[in-house]
Amino acid sequence: MNRQVDEVTAALEITGLHKWFGQAHVLRGLDLAVQPGEKVCVLGPSGSGKSTLIRCVNGLEPYDDGRVLIQGADLAGQRRDAETARRKTGMVFQSFNLFPHLSVLENCTLAPIHVRKLKKADADARARTLLERVRIAEHASKFPAQLSGGQQQRAAIARALAMEPDIMLFDEPTSALDPEMVGEVLEVMADLARQGMTMLVVTHEMGFARQVADRVVFMDEGEIIEQGAPAEFFTAPKHERTRAFLSRIL
Amino acid sequence: MNRPRAARSPIAWVRANLFATPADAVITLALLLLLLWIVPPIARWAVIDATWTGETKAACDRGGACWAVVTARWRQMLAGFYPSNQLWRVGLAMLLLAAAVLPLAVSRWTRFILIAGPLGVAAAFAVLAGVGPLANVGTEYWGGFFLNVLIGVAGMMFSLPIGVLLALGRRSRLPVIKGLCVAFIEFVRGVPLITLLFMASVMLPLFAPAGASFDLLARALVVVTLFSSAYLAEAVRGGLQAVPESQRDAARALGLGPLRTTVLIVLPQALRISIPAIVNSFIGLFKDTTLLFVIALLDVMGVMRQALADYAWQGVDAEGYAFVGLVFFLACFGLSRWSAALERRRDRRPELERPLTEPA
Repeated sequence: MNRQVDEVTAALEITGLHKWFGQAHVLRGLDLAVQPGEKVCVLGPSGSGKSTLIRCVNGLEPYDDGRVLIQGADLAGQRRDAETARRKTGMVFQSFNLFPHLSVLENCTLAPIHVRKLKKADADARARTLLERVRIAEHASKFPAQLSGGQQQRAAIARALAMEPDIMLFDEPTSALDPEMVGEVLEVMADLARQGMTMLVVTHEMGFARQVADRVVFMDEGEIIEQGAPAEFFTAPKHERTRAFLSRIL
Repeated sequence: MNRPRAARSPIAWVRANLFATPADAVITLALLLLLLWIVPPIARWAVIDATWTGETKAACDRGGACWAVVTARWRQMLAGFYPSNQLWRVGLAMLLLAAAVLPLAVSRWTRFILIAGPLGVAAAFAVLAGVGPLANVGTEYWGGFFLNVLIGVAGMMFSLPIGVLLALGRRSRLPVIKGLCVAFIEFVRGVPLITLLFMASVMLPLFAPAGASFDLLARALVVVTLFSSAYLAEAVRGGLQAVPESQRDAARALGLGPLRTTVLIVLPQALRISIPAIVNSFIGLFKDTTLLFVIALLDVMGVMRQALADYAWQGVDAEGYAFVGLVFFLACFGLSRWSAALERRRDRRPELERPLTEPA
């Protein structure tokens, strides 16, 4: 793939995405494009479909209608296409979801060894570099349960990065953390943003959205209500529902 | 996190636990009288007036228990009719069986049980039957308590992988696979082992092609394995259900396929969770191996019954069965304590059981 193609192809392109859970219509024809290197924060009240959106983007949740293209590869396309598409995304969960029976290092090397077929030594070396980057190198041989929530979430970020994704998806990465640990995780995420990672972040951290995001997307009841640059979004929201939401949380 | 316990004198303890209320006092005294009434006669029969050695029942003339029936045939009780000069092979086989079970005890090795278990058991069989320079010893010579251990452990280790497959099959989305697994599990769990043993020993030869002969012990092992696999499937299913769905999500998000997710992420956690249940199931299976005598295998029960049928040992049935019972009680009580300890350890430190893989 040459650079020119990269630049014209959106990192992520969602068109007309629909998702039902039984009778509940949780995503109602959603359109969203994320450019390479762009950081997009998705805000919205709980139940607005933010988490479902992000789970649809990396194939954890099948969708009923619409298209999800990751660097042009269709997530619902041919098996190989879908696999390539999924591999380009890395996911960070609200509740970390580290593998409790593996050490932090093993958490970060498992998928590289078994999916990317790296040699163990190479995978180890890469994982250690990443653990350094998220500042928990000294905990590499500990088990997840021996770490604090903030450390676990940073380990989970390193684990996702170990697969060298082009887009990082964050599903409320700080919502399960004690307040004093939120900062350290956001800091790591801000680092990542500075290094040019493409990021789609579902969050309630308005401060983070304001500082790091290139664009803020506000969702409610399965639809995108409003989006824009953070400065504009937070100071002069156009839509009634956005104003109501912001006044509740700010 | 031990609760600090106030040091108390024995008298205070007795008062608090045995004589707290008048009703307690009455119950305590009544039980004390009952013990005084029961224990001395038993002790006199079993120990004080007992005869420990002798060639026949006639040697037992002291009025107490006749343990001579056990001591006179202790070698058979232990190892059946395995050739005396080859007994070291029985010892070696026991060590191999112990090695096969080891991954259950050391949580760091739990994930190897599905492979190490069957391999260790196969090695034990090879040593016993004779490979390479070792002379062949037919299974008709195998017997005694060692046979119970062998069939118990072998049945367990061979049934564990089958049980895991059945448990996974029971959760399958494919109706045929799921249906077959459920049918097998429910059928086996609904039929007594003794029935299956009879079916294997009586009916199998009827259907087998003429001239084909199945080793009796092999038949028993197959039945015990299948029987145990149904119970283990349920034990493992409990473990599988206890692994949260979010673990599968995380594995899928990393690009691991369904097979790798199951083998690398779900099973290791599920097995560790179900180990106490697996050990409990083993205790049941081990006790059930005493049913092997009904298909004419000379396990410890078979050897004992043979001894009791001997004219020289008429009328010592009580001693014979008491001995077999005691041996199994000691083994199973030990196992059950071990299982309880595993459970406590698991519940106390759910995820930290494994020591660090490398220095920090």
